[in-house]
Amino acid sequence: MDPIDGNGIGGLLIDAFGKEMTAAISTCATCGARRPVAELVVYQRAPGTVVRCRTCGNVIMVLVKRADSIDVDLSGLASLSNQGLP
Amino acid sequence: MERTAVRGRLSWQVAPVVSVTWETASVATIQLDPPDWAGHRAGQHLDVRLTAEDGYMAERSYSIASAPGELLAITVERLEDGEVSPYLAGELQAGDELELRGPIGGYFVWEPSDGGPLMLLAGGSGVVPLRSMLRHRVNTGSDVPARLLYSSRGWEDVIYRDELGQHHDGARVSYTLTRSQPPGWTGHSGRINSSLLAEVAWPAKTNPLAYICGPTSFVESAAAGLVELGYPPERVKTERFGATGGR
Amino acid sequence: MSPVSRGFHHHAPAGEETRVPPGQHVVGNFPVLSAGPTPVTPLDKWTFSITQSGQARKSWTWEELQALPAETITADIHCVTRWTKLGTEWRGVSVDTLLDQAGYDTPYVMAFCDGGYTTNLPVADVTGGRAWVAFGYGGAPLEAEHGGPARLLVPHLYFWKSAKWVRGLDLRETDQPGFWERYGYHMYGDPWKEQRYAGD
Repeated sequence: MDPIDGNGIGGLLIDAFGKEMTAAISTCATCGARRPVAELVVYQRAPGTVVRCRTCGNVIMVLVKRADSIDVDLSGLASLSNQGLP
Repeated sequence: MERTAVRGRLSWQVAPVVSVTWETASVATIQLDPPDWAGHRAGQHLDVRLTAEDGYMAERSYSIASAPGELLAITVERLEDGEVSPYLAGELQAGDELELRGPIGGYFVWEPSDGGPLMLLAGGSGVVPLRSMLRHRVNTGSDVPARLLYSSRGWEDVIYRDELGQHHDGARVSYTLTRSQPPGWTGHSGRINSSLLAEVAWPAKTNPLAYICGPTSFVESAAAGLVELGYPPERVKTERFGATGGR
Repeated sequence: MSPVSRGFHHHAPAGEETRVPPGQHVVGNFPVLSAGPTPVTPLDKWTFSITQSGQARKSWTWEELQALPAETITADIHCVTRWTKLGTEWRGVSVDTLLDQAGYDTPYVMAFCDGGYTTNLPVADVTGGRAWVAFGYGGAPLEAEHGGPARLLVPHLYFWKSAKWVRGLDLRETDQPGFWERYGYHMYGDPWKEQRYAGD
């Protein structure tokens, strides 16, 4: 099953973070690669949504949607920046 | 349209279905009239949610086909093994209601102030958000030059065939058909590759802004092709569906 | 409360209600779920190991695994994402066979896989004829997207415990969370008690 990219989870990210996140620049905690969240590799067909670095393949973010909450694990994310965005 | 990104939380709302129009044998455009729609930017999408009688819910995202300011529309490809698309493109009728939220997306968006020249690459139903961009370009009277290269299985699968034509109001539209070509076909054939891009795409020295949308494998290959031609990666924006074409 | 979408039906239980755990619905297809890319390991490099404290107690090559007694298993499988598939047919080697040959003395295992996936289980749940290393599905070799060449098969628990692309079991003194368990899924995962998330 091919992965999609961060564009496809825009709604889920708004639910989790409270705002549009796909244009934010992510830095991978494993390899340091920087790219917009929209360009990350997303595996959505799973018990949770797994967001991986396009450069090194390591997990950057995992989102698990439960009945009343969304749990977000960000241990693979070094930083997020909205610099330069409106 | 000013750059207002989505602020605050998105709410689900119930929208009457105004019309369902078949673009091809398996692709339908659905016009909607949500009561509380804040407008959208070309390239954004919306989330749709279906609820069965036992409370079971299924949710999917679809790119918005209409330009900002036009009656809201999405275009849906019916996937044989899909759960939601056969309902939207097959069962849904004018007069029904559809629960949706949006607009969503702050990355894969274009407005005239972003400039160009615009290089749009579409794989199958990936043409939907690019069509919104082209309509927006026309509606605003923008003089940004634009080219669309649209890859489709066969001529009967080309969406918005009449509208796109050969020249969409000054934008050059080229087609490549990967599986079958009609008799007398003078367009391109086969999957996008370096030589087709070299022939059809804006040269890198014009500093183009590229948007590529379609199935994941199409996008990877097309993006690599443009970067090979010298496009800076930060000026190649991509949106990938899964292998089956939906999200 | 979302309005019901006119004419939207989904899979209704097939009249086999006693076989379907709470909150599940029966599907006819076999959905492919994955947390990452499909790994590829050539069979001449493939091994399955029972490990402990960084050492392999016993390892089998593909040929050696194939030479072990294998069984055909028919089982209902239940995914935590709420689909259930009834009467799936597998071929594999019982984990009892593998653990007996390796010897073991710990209460827990961590299954480890190509691609980095892990999942934790009590040894009691992978012995006594309850678990297999499965390399056949539906009468054919297990396809890569479904976990081939071999996956763990533990049908009495939610199917995330049936780790795809399994390469071994690490014997553990304590129950530590594997991949999905670290992200909030239940440490045990009994579908009949609806143990989907930690705290259920």
